Amino acid sequence: MNKAFIVLQREYLTRVKKKSFLIATLITPIFMLAVTILPGYLATVDDKESRTIAVIDETSLFLNNLPETQYTKFHYLPVEQLQSTRNSLGKNNYYAVLHIPANILTTNKAEIYADKQVTFDIKEYIQSKLGTEIERLKKAKIIAATGMPDLEQKLEKTRTNIDLSTIRLDSSGNAQSGSAEMSMVVGYIAGFMIYMFIFIYGSFVMRGVMEEKSNRIVEVIVSSVKPFQLMLGKIMGIALVGLTQVAIWVIIGAGAMTGIKAFYANDNIAAVQAQNIMSSNGVVQEQMIQQAPAATHSNEAITHIFSMIDNLPIPLLIGCFIFFFLGGYLLYSSMMGAIGAAVDSEEDAQQFMLPVTIPLILSIVILVSIAKNPEGPLAFWTSLIPFTSPVIMIARIPFGGVPTWQIILSMAILVATIVGMIWVTGKIYRTGILMYGKKASWKEIWKWLRYNNY
Amino acid sequence: MELLQAQNIEKNYAEHRALTDVSISVEEGQVFGLLGPNGAGKTTLIRIINQITAPDNGIVLFEGRPLRGSDVEKIGYLPEERGLYKKMKVGEQALYLARLKGLSRHEALKRLKYWFEKFEIQTWWNKKVMELSKGMQQKVQFICTVLHEPQLLIFDEPFSGFDPINSNMMKDEILELKAKGATIIFSTHDMASVEELCDHIALINKSKKILDGKVDDIRNQYKNNNFEITYEGNYGTISSNLPNEFQIIDHTENHQVNTIKIHHEAGHTNSEMLAALLPYAEITSFREIIPSMNEVFIRVVEEANR
Repeated sequence: MNKAFIVLQREYLTRVKKKSFLIATLITPIFMLAVTILPGYLATVDDKESRTIAVIDETSLFLNNLPETQYTKFHYLPVEQLQSTRNSLGKNNYYAVLHIPANILTTNKAEIYADKQVTFDIKEYIQSKLGTEIERLKKAKIIAATGMPDLEQKLEKTRTNIDLSTIRLDSSGNAQSGSAEMSMVVGYIAGFMIYMFIFIYGSFVMRGVMEEKSNRIVEVIVSSVKPFQLMLGKIMGIALVGLTQVAIWVIIGAGAMTGIKAFYANDNIAAVQAQNIMSSNGVVQEQMIQQAPAATHSNEAITHIFSMIDNLPIPLLIGCFIFFFLGGYLLYSSMMGAIGAAVDSEEDAQQFMLPVTIPLILSIVILVSIAKNPEGPLAFWTSLIPFTSPVIMIARIPFGGVPTWQIILSMAILVATIVGMIWVTGKIYRTGILMYGKKASWKEIWKWLRYNNY
Repeated sequence: MELLQAQNIEKNYAEHRALTDVSISVEEGQVFGLLGPNGAGKTTLIRIINQITAPDNGIVLFEGRPLRGSDVEKIGYLPEERGLYKKMKVGEQALYLARLKGLSRHEALKRLKYWFEKFEIQTWWNKKVMELSKGMQQKVQFICTVLHEPQLLIFDEPFSGFDPINSNMMKDEILELKAKGATIIFSTHDMASVEELCDHIALINKSKKILDGKVDDIRNQYKNNNFEITYEGNYGTISSNLPNEFQIIDHTENHQVNTIKIHHEAGHTNSEMLAALLPYAEITSFREIIPSMNEVFIRVVEEANR
């Protein structure tokens, strides 16, 4: 086994010392952050293009009543000009023509004509402004009919928002504040990460084996190391690379969390102070007061998120993540190692990769429904089947309701399958790495299983 | 004393038989040539000796006892299909392979220094393998094979891919290793190098051993009653007057020295042949032609396949 360790060292060091490893490790969190934050950020960036929209209002109710913005202007035209303005779109200066039909109050329908796709924001804007205006008209009518001028204010007071907190009881009956959404998000992310890891590091193993085979170095090496030790050293070395990457991310993540927590703690104090100062200054007060509650509100949300994260079963989650990551990786990478040994080229590898990875892909497909119903029969069975359990079980853990016996059973089945799988793939590997120029087929591989090797 | 004995080795693959009852015996200090056409089973036998694959039947003895796992450290193997990690640095790679053969890092470094100086390739240490030419890579592989100073060295087609200068250097290295007491199994298609290097050969054809013995004995055994005679005289007179039992296979005429190659049929003696020649030629030299290993190889394999 000493020699397997020398192999492990090489596999680990050559990969960790590569610049691409460092870059991938640092870039991935930034990329993930960008993917989550960027769309939200882009949505808040204002559209700075000036547009004038011609309005043909058959009802005359909206004449000069639609609020304009700095960039979106309305120009009201007589009804007769509808056809001509519409036809000359693109030649005149109008961005679009808004046609408000006479029966809008009963049909709630209007049209907008443009010679190109109307932007989403414009559509939204017009929809909401038309709606508000119609609502106002209808309300005015009702208020006039009832003779209660403060009807609207009274109705406004009846508006109620329910804050439903989900409280999970732990085994001893203690209440734990938790959030189904949070568990779902964390479960999905954890499941997806395991899926990615198995895929990425599994194909590292495959490509490593293929490299050794196609470089013809393998025969030199197996004259000093048992093929099994070589395979084991490689798989373990690459697993360590993966764990190193996870460790770096956990450290970065924990650091970032503490940082954000500290930042918001300060921010809360600052917000309170700001409010105190503002109240003594009458001029800016009105404007600031609108913002201050919004700020404290978002702070509350973040504190809430943190408390939810704190309430996740973190140690169990991390423990299971490492176990199922390693387990799933061992299972799949031993198969991918055998594929790498069996084939001569990347193209040949594809025909074997697909059937092997189908359960893995399947588990990511059903992950969404698992997250919706983490205790259902689908969740139960797929978290026991070793080919899907690494991804599914880890997605169930954050909900906290998985019985211990299920976790242990799932782990035991996984370990037993790994042992069996390594025995089988080890045989394929030993024969395959020394078969040059022979096109592997399932039939051929079946024969290899019966060869006499050490 | 025998360092290595393979006894009654048999190995089957799904569709074909790679080795049928093959036994070889390699004495200590010998250079043993393992010959045979492509696909005969040589590489399978070599892999069995290296414990890369197991025989279905038969046993391999090393120093008189069954081969053990730890014996890989006493064997150095340069396979026919050989390569290196392309992106790894030469020095690191040599160190890695040496450690896999059981050398400590310290010892491996010391010995690598010696070999890199000997081959004058110190500057390669930090180069990546892919920056080296094929011949350069072969040198590195050779060093990796011999670095742990194994008792038994196995070279499978060691000269393929070498230019004549480098393959001569390799031959010298092999002879030097032999002089230092190493036992060498050597598989090749280059029969000239077999004559130069090997003491003993075994020839495998279609999974069976069909010839085994000392190189000199085998060549003598396949003598064909062919003789080379240099003479002064007229070729025309000789060829028209020589009795039929003596066939001229070849002849060359130079200004001073004429050479003739004659085959005499079995049952005739050399004296009879010379007596028949004497009236027409002044003989300056006479020697029996011993067949080259190349001729022996072709003859034996063709006979076996007939």
